[in-house]
Amino acid sequence: MFEIFGIPSQALFGQLLLGLINGSFYALLSLGLAVIFGMLNIINFTHGAQYMMGAFAAYFLLNGIDILVPHFTGTWPPTFASVHFGLGLSYWWALILAPILVGITGLVIEQVFLQHLRKLDPLYGLLLTFGLGLVIEGLFRNAYGSSGQPYQAPAALQGGRNLGFMFLPNYRAWVIVLSFAVCLATWFAIERTRLGSHLRAATENPVLVRAFGFNVPLMVTLTYGFGVALAALAGVMAAPIYNVSPQMGTDLIIVVFAVVVIGGMGSILGAILTGFALGVIEGLTKVFYPEASNTVIFVIMAIVLLIRPAGLFGRRA
Amino acid sequence: MRPAGKTHAAKFALALAVLIGTAAAPRAQDDDVVKIGVLTDMSGLYSDIGGPGSVAAAKLAVEDFNPAAHGMKVEVIAGDHQNKPDVGANLARQWYDVDHVDVIVDVPTSSVALAVGDVTREKNKVFLGSGPASSDLTGPKCSPNTIQWTYDTWMLANSTGKSVVETGGDTWFFLTADYAFGQALQRDTTKVVLANGGKVLGDARHPLQTSDFSSFLLQAQTSKAKIIGLANAGGDTVNAIKQGAEFGITSRGQQFAGLLVFINDVEALSLKVAKGLVLTETWYWDMTEANRAFTKRWQQSRPGKFPSMVPAGVYSSVIHYLKAVEALKSDSDGRAVVAKMKEMPTDDPLFGKGSIRVDGRKIHAAYLFEVKKPEESKYPGDDYKLRATIPAAEAFRPLKDGACPLVSG
Repeated sequence: MFEIFGIPSQALFGQLLLGLINGSFYALLSLGLAVIFGMLNIINFTHGAQYMMGAFAAYFLLNGIDILVPHFTGTWPPTFASVHFGLGLSYWWALILAPILVGITGLVIEQVFLQHLRKLDPLYGLLLTFGLGLVIEGLFRNAYGSSGQPYQAPAALQGGRNLGFMFLPNYRAWVIVLSFAVCLATWFAIERTRLGSHLRAATENPVLVRAFGFNVPLMVTLTYGFGVALAALAGVMAAPIYNVSPQMGTDLIIVVFAVVVIGGMGSILGAILTGFALGVIEGLTKVFYPEASNTVIFVIMAIVLLIRPAGLFGRRA
Repeated sequence: MRPAGKTHAAKFALALAVLIGTAAAPRAQDDDVVKIGVLTDMSGLYSDIGGPGSVAAAKLAVEDFNPAAHGMKVEVIAGDHQNKPDVGANLARQWYDVDHVDVIVDVPTSSVALAVGDVTREKNKVFLGSGPASSDLTGPKCSPNTIQWTYDTWMLANSTGKSVVETGGDTWFFLTADYAFGQALQRDTTKVVLANGGKVLGDARHPLQTSDFSSFLLQAQTSKAKIIGLANAGGDTVNAIKQGAEFGITSRGQQFAGLLVFINDVEALSLKVAKGLVLTETWYWDMTEANRAFTKRWQQSRPGKFPSMVPAGVYSSVIHYLKAVEALKSDSDGRAVVAKMKEMPTDDPLFGKGSIRVDGRKIHAAYLFEVKKPEESKYPGDDYKLRATIPAAEAFRPLKDGACPLVSG
């Protein structure tokens, strides 16, 4: 064991690895935001609430949900009774189903609210999504209080291995691997495939793309749904680590926005790389100067905005 | 100016009457209802320890006192301070000024309790803190309107802390909730550790209601301290212990010392994870027949849960308060009621006979418990075995050491 700047290497590598885990969440969430902004020109402040919904969806899929069901007994108004719908679906099912379910709510939001804001200033989209986020969080907090619900990691991922410098739980290693894979797949799909090229073209010049016969409104709606599904996937992955609580989104989303700004709004690669990098930087700060760990990302954001206002990888708008 | 006509004079008279009428009303009247406000954490990390359970306990206390038989009217209301001192202080102010609340009880979260104590002193009402831990409430921040009822950080440090050091845990690393309570608990336990020949190797301060302890636990692991002292409570303690198990802390030779653990935390962790944990409470539901009877009644509103010492303290404090108000025949002068409560010895089915000191500290015995292994537990809630009893005279900080301005000499 050697020392770097007076800190034992063991502590350093341990915190770096933990920082990478945080960075995985930052990367996934900022990827969703970048995809949505790139395609819809909307700053999706509901992202945090959708991340939270993904975690709750995983919780409901496993533990069931109590829904007030009206009983029509002939008299009006009908009486309401609480009915328990339980499915007992494990984490692995939730990884696939939760993003789909929450993605569908995203499609609904896009169709009902966001499509009317397409021609307007992005500020309107920001306000609308911010309000939606508050409403969703308020509804969940009303129903579930603000202390968290526990969610167990799946049996296959429990336990851990001793890396020498730290003990890494298997579940956290899985988080890094899965988020890296998802980020890579999304980047590849958007930047290197035909479908991705259609999406990018539709962003640049929707009228021309439409003239070629592509259904641009459908692409936009589905892209929003996909961005929301990414947030929900991050939520499912977060459920075993952080408690499933209504404010888990708000705690995280401010930092994620800073990450997106640093990486450059609309740049897919920028969002991914910056997410991981800033997670690692936050981890390093925790070793050398823990009191600053909450603020270091914002300090970096301020510096980047001064030097390169479009972000590190952003294109000049 | 228009000449004053009949209608003008009538309006003027009306306005004058309204002005006099409202001007006479500003001071809170000594109404004949004794209103008890249960100010607690209804939905956050301490909601299982206090919360709705404390409200249930207060209502049971009022029921058992039987106000009608004493010619009194008593009302219980509840409020959520959300663990925020400003929210708690504002609610306390509103309760005292507008809602005619005479006494506030419970208030887990020491920072809120300190703020509510200040407001209570200002308004000359009564604050019976059954929930807060900081020993400052009977120390430098003591007040003639405040009584700290159930436990405090000095008691915890000298009970749990001392016993852990004496059984070989001589190097400590603290995981501290970074606010009044955690800092007080770390301070009091550090004194005990050093006094018994131990060493403190470091600390990690985390924000209240943290969900991810991974980096703090890593720091604790790196310190190689034998004992990781958890100077936090409720959801924070549960998360830290759970994640400690995830990161293999205990399998690598380190041990957790839960400096403030309640039965609700043990239930949340499950005996499998919590077994062997040493903790101090001043009341356990399964210790006496009276405790069991109370628990059964309490569980009617909280099925499946078990009361910690906090709701028991709420019950005990409310009963004694009502006795004092009856003796004084008035509830309007907070200081007088508290003085009466200190004058009268306490006696209730849950804590038995006890007393309240001049610094506002309620005195009773403390019990060192150990959490049972799963195979030792015979029925739900059978979680503790008694390791030691600390008699009332030794359980709390000596009067002269508190630096409380109310203690003369």
